[in-house]
Amino acid sequence: MTAVAVDERPVRRLAFSQKLSRWDVKFSPYLYISPFFILFAITGLFPLVYTAWVSVHEWNLIGGQGDFVGLDNFAFVLQQTPFWVALRNTFSIFLISAVPQVAFALVVAAVLDQNLRAKTFWRMGVLLPFVVAPVAVTLIFSNMFGDQYGLVNTLLGNVGISPIGWHSDALASHFAIATMVNFRWTGYTALILLAAMQAIPRDYYEAAAIDGAGPIRRFFSITIPQLRPTLIFVIITSTIGGLQIFDEPRLYDQFGQGGANSQWMTITLYLYNLGWGQLNFGRAAAVAWLLFLIIVLVGLINMALTRLIASSSGVTASQKRAVRRAERASASTEKEKVSA
Amino acid sequence: MTLSRRTSATAAIAGAAAFALLATGCAGTADTAGSGGEPASADNPITLTVATFNDFGYTDELFAQYEAENPGVTIVHNRAATSNEARDNFFTKLGAGSGLADIEAVEVDWFAEMMQYSDRLADLSDDAVADRWVDWKTAAATDADGRLVAYGTDIGPEAVCYRADLFEAAGLPTDRTEVAELLEGDWDTYFGVGEEYVAATGQAWFDSAGATYQGMINQVEFAYEEADGTVIATENAEVEAIYTEVLENSATLSAKLGQWSDDWFAGLANGAFATMLCPGWMLGVIEGNAPEVEGWDIANVFPGGGGNWGGSYLTVPAQGQNIDEATKLAAWLTAPEQQLTAFAAAGTFPSQVDAYESETLTGATNPYFNDAPVGEILIDRSQAIDVAPFKSVKYFPINDAMQRALTRVDVDATHTIEESWQQWVDEVNSL
Repeated sequence: MTAVAVDERPVRRLAFSQKLSRWDVKFSPYLYISPFFILFAITGLFPLVYTAWVSVHEWNLIGGQGDFVGLDNFAFVLQQTPFWVALRNTFSIFLISAVPQVAFALVVAAVLDQNLRAKTFWRMGVLLPFVVAPVAVTLIFSNMFGDQYGLVNTLLGNVGISPIGWHSDALASHFAIATMVNFRWTGYTALILLAAMQAIPRDYYEAAAIDGAGPIRRFFSITIPQLRPTLIFVIITSTIGGLQIFDEPRLYDQFGQGGANSQWMTITLYLYNLGWGQLNFGRAAAVAWLLFLIIVLVGLINMALTRLIASSSGVTASQKRAVRRAERASASTEKEKVSA
Repeated sequence: MTLSRRTSATAAIAGAAAFALLATGCAGTADTAGSGGEPASADNPITLTVATFNDFGYTDELFAQYEAENPGVTIVHNRAATSNEARDNFFTKLGAGSGLADIEAVEVDWFAEMMQYSDRLADLSDDAVADRWVDWKTAAATDADGRLVAYGTDIGPEAVCYRADLFEAAGLPTDRTEVAELLEGDWDTYFGVGEEYVAATGQAWFDSAGATYQGMINQVEFAYEEADGTVIATENAEVEAIYTEVLENSATLSAKLGQWSDDWFAGLANGAFATMLCPGWMLGVIEGNAPEVEGWDIANVFPGGGGNWGGSYLTVPAQGQNIDEATKLAAWLTAPEQQLTAFAAAGTFPSQVDAYESETLTGATNPYFNDAPVGEILIDRSQAIDVAPFKSVKYFPINDAMQRALTRVDVDATHTIEESWQQWVDEVNSL
């Protein structure tokens, strides 16, 4: 009877320690991830909102906040020719740097993927330019791209090509700046692609070789399709970086304003000229927000393309497995990038 | 790796936000004035930072001398390449309220812009230095409340520097007295002799339209602004006349090397041009960048009379931690004796009255410039200055845009004279 009585008792309250362990299961993951979001709120979200606040006011770099002007700063910026020129330059430099960079990095990665002697030496070697500070790279390259006494024009002259106006012609200046970007980033991109390449199962290549596919065919029919997810990662990160390019154009000549005719003035440089040259922070903040919107827009386009590619590719089960493996590999390199 | 909608959106936002951070990072107010700080001694060592640009002539030995005389003081000297760079840095950190050096050098072109914020600089008034500088130099550095916020360093009386060896090759006189006679007159004379030189050699006469324009515009009292600050730049016929004249002559006479560019420095050394306008401080720039060249000389003459180009001040930002010690160092650096040392090192011509009496200055010669009596020449040139150009708050941005307009035609050759002028007018209107 007593045993029955015990059974009839209402369920006793959970001990605190039990509660704790239940909370642990429920909330701990959020706690562990929270430092990132707290940090992001302080260093990312707050400035973003604050910049929006600045952009709807008259705001002097030194004098500080002035009158509320609504969207006047945005209207002013959008009516300025330099803003559109800056937009053109930014996209032009981005395209001239990103496209050849990824293509060349693919080739480098493919070569490094072969059975080379002293593998680590070569792999670290391609990363060397990345270690050099961007300022140093720019100073050296700007000198090489001097209009009258630069090394590049002298070399071109030796083979009978007339000197190129690296600082006067817009496209030539974009090319020169893209060269600096590529010099620094190609090795880095190549290593990410290499990591993904090594995750591709070797049996694919063997099977293809037995079927009579040559190295070129194997590269285009196996390597490239298997690299797709990693390529998308590389393209997205280089888009964000490319649209914010600043160091290289800033240091490309002695004044750092993007050229006498804004030949290589990028959006960030235009922002800098407004904020720090003309001391007009309201307008500079408006440009910062416009740039933010542009990057979000490009990000959305990137994403749409990604989905299109993902759904159009009919992959087999084993390929999927390989892709997952590649993901793991690229995820680890991504982590490296974040911590760097 | 397939990015989900959320991750790529977050990546985009995070990237953009990281940038937005840049824009707000320096928007704080700067009302926290630093304390005077304890006096330095061996027991209380302090470090003073001094930020200058181009070449002030402050050598390591000069600072070492001060450190030896003042135990406990360590001086760190930072040099920016151009005055533009120094200006950006100065205003950014003045606005941010921190980060400026204990002593900041300020150039005369953006001095008026800075004087708007004179309350953020330490008051340096002191009876001991009250009569140290030429009157106009001190007057410009005194704000509406009567606070002296900057100590004058140098002024820039202009002469003409020339390459004697290139003159000889062109059949022109090489002796500096004869060259002075040859160039005596207005700008037409200077350009006229240039035509002869170019006809004889096929080489360029001066470095760039921009530098030459700078010499001409500094002879105009009210170039861009009227005395009440009204901007008259785009309507001023005098400005347009100078602009057109210098560019028309540049077509044949200019080496088309943008001043301070890598090409320009290379041109200094390899004889790309035969003459250039030479304020005192330019002597150090030439010698420093073309040390092996023999042939640079300086003539006691300047087209259109006299002219002043540049010249600087030292300020002590109120945000600093060691204001008293910094003021002491600034006073020491701008004392006539030290300015004379700087003059010997870089040709920065003193703005201190007592220095003009000094043997060191009157008897100064410069072996690099073929033993030219530079002291005597520059004293003469400073007495020939009859216009003190009025520079108010918009002077720097307008002149900066003008330099770009000149570069578009002269160096880049992307625009005609008229197109470039129109673009400049648009830019000035949008300021």
